[in-house]
Amino acid sequence: MVDLAFGLAPARPQSAYLALVRRRRLYSSILLILFAALLATGFRLAENRNAGGFLDGLPNLLQFPAEILSEAWTNRANLPGLMLQHLGSLLETLNIAAVSTILGGVSAGALALLSTRDLARWPRLVPVFRRLMDALRALPDVVIALVLIYMLGGGPVPAVIAIAVHASGALGKLFSEAAENADLRPIEGLASVGATWAQRMAFGLIPQVAPNWLSYALLRFEINVRASAILGFVGQGGIGADLKIALQWGQGKYDQVVAIFLLLFLTIVLIDHISDRLRLRLTKGRRP
Amino acid sequence: MTAATAEPLLHQFRLRARWSLAIPALILAYLLYAALAFDLPGLASRLRWDNAQTLLSDFVSYKVHVTRDNRSGRVITSIEGDARDAYSPAQTPGWVKTAGSQTIIDLGEGYLVTYAGTGAQITIPGYGAITARLQGGKILLDAPGPLPSWINASDSRVSVTTPRGRFAMTRSKTETFRYFPGWEEFFFTLDTPFAGKSWAELYTLATSAPRLDPATPNAEAMASAFWNNRMWHHGAVLDAMLETVLMAFLGTMTAALIALPLAFFAASNMMPLRPVRFAMRRVFDFIRGTDALIWTLILVRAFGPGPLTGALAIMMTDTGSFGKTFSETLENTDAKQIEGIRSTGASALQRARFGVLPQITPILLSQVLYNLESNTRSATVIGAIVGGGIGLLLTQAIQTQKDWEDVAYYLILIVLTVIAMDTVSGWLRRRLIKGE
Repeated sequence: MVDLAFGLAPARPQSAYLALVRRRRLYSSILLILFAALLATGFRLAENRNAGGFLDGLPNLLQFPAEILSEAWTNRANLPGLMLQHLGSLLETLNIAAVSTILGGVSAGALALLSTRDLARWPRLVPVFRRLMDALRALPDVVIALVLIYMLGGGPVPAVIAIAVHASGALGKLFSEAAENADLRPIEGLASVGATWAQRMAFGLIPQVAPNWLSYALLRFEINVRASAILGFVGQGGIGADLKIALQWGQGKYDQVVAIFLLLFLTIVLIDHISDRLRLRLTKGRRP
Repeated sequence: MTAATAEPLLHQFRLRARWSLAIPALILAYLLYAALAFDLPGLASRLRWDNAQTLLSDFVSYKVHVTRDNRSGRVITSIEGDARDAYSPAQTPGWVKTAGSQTIIDLGEGYLVTYAGTGAQITIPGYGAITARLQGGKILLDAPGPLPSWINASDSRVSVTTPRGRFAMTRSKTETFRYFPGWEEFFFTLDTPFAGKSWAELYTLATSAPRLDPATPNAEAMASAFWNNRMWHHGAVLDAMLETVLMAFLGTMTAALIALPLAFFAASNMMPLRPVRFAMRRVFDFIRGTDALIWTLILVRAFGPGPLTGALAIMMTDTGSFGKTFSETLENTDAKQIEGIRSTGASALQRARFGVLPQITPILLSQVLYNLESNTRSATVIGAIVGGGIGLLLTQAIQTQKDWEDVAYYLILIVLTVIAMDTVSGWLRRRLIKGE
């Protein structure tokens, strides 16, 4: 009996297992082949529509950076002075990013509270606020900025509004996910002593989610600095606009291009670094 | 508890209370500074109300021009004043009537405009009738009282703005504009046989009515009339939208494929050599720090404008961010599973394939899907710089400063596409992570 139970039976589960593995491998290899085919045809299509081909352009890839860098190298003595010259525009870009993060963050907080189950002021309107956040998130900031420039004239205000609109949608989603995981007991406790909705949120929920929310807002600030630079390039204002003008001058102004590149690069790396450390401290309570 | 032990705690509380007031105050002070730096008080003077009105009314409405050429006397009714979108005599809407040499335009609610000879009469309820006529190269205006602010008159130009429409006369032409809600000719242009038909009529035409053109079935002709719509270019617009999605897809996927092997070199539990790790991480930092904007500019010079350049630009930026997140994911893998594989004598490649990949695949796929969705939006912006996809169409439409209804159409399309990608990727991520 024992021999029968332990000696004969294993042969079948093993073969069944191997068959399962074979089938899985077959499926995943089919999926992989499909994926590769999709990628290949996609690249083919994209290349056909491109002005220049991939292989033709490859040797030129380094030509432009080399041209710029060599000119900047001969005028390297100018670089620190040029960088100082553009500090004002950099400050404008950073201000745009910071103000839009603050404004976007505040409206994202409100939207998140209104669109989180169990917390919402008007539970029936939760889907409405969710779709609203989806729509705000989907609108490309450059487009909002260009339309606003037409109405408001130039300046940083269209850029601030454009980035803040997008940020409130993007942050709102993350905020509401964080709020969903919050402990409901403090809020119920507050409700039991007759606290209003605003009081319940301010004293029961916000203290719980504040570290997470701040961490998301910092991450968004990083993204907004980049967005604000791009907006300057496409629209107007800030370091992006300086870069565009310097590029349009072309040869002779490449030292300026490099100075702006450097300024932008160093700022982004620095902000990334600081916000990385702050976020670590906020979410894990660790002091680096 | 004695007062002595409570004191430090109370001190901490007071400190926190002070901070929780100071931080909002600091933020407020910063916002005030920013408002001054951005010249917010000067905004009112820069605000262009007329532009805002044009834009908003263009977003949701269109106008029909009834134009008389003052030299030939010919009257044409057309959409947005475009000669190609003129109504044929049979199509002319009922509110424009021709009686002999007179044209009577009924703007509704008693507002009437009559073209007669070289002059025109505008009847406005509660004000009276205004007549304007051409005499000796000048426009003479007769109004029942002093001119209100909504009438603008000079020798060469008269314009009357009413709530029901606008009238304008110059030496060369007399024009009346009537506004209608909606987007003109969105489905069919006036030169197709399907223009101005109701849904029910279109349905019978498509299903049971005899062929309008004996060579093609009605449904097919209808589809092609819609697809090749001369005003809205639905075919080209959808094609551009697909191009944008294609850029996002190619860029994200290639970035993931490149970043995955490189991430192994940057993870502390996979790469024992510290200098290699350090170098790899700095490479990722460099790629991320050099903004998408700069990569795009460099790539455009090499490969020329187009979707491939856009895909490569997305690929460059995402390789940096994927490299960072992938290596962090790798560092969080469970070492036991890898040791188990190692105990069977597996090589480094086999350990990676059977020990590491199964652990990280769901997380990586989820990150890739998340980026794919957000890149669809970035591809619009990059498309505006590299000249590909819907981004190009959008910036072109914005720069002409008059096709705002096109801008609205593209925006709605983008929002719908991004929401669709969001939904699909959310569903896939839930399936991958939770295996629902």
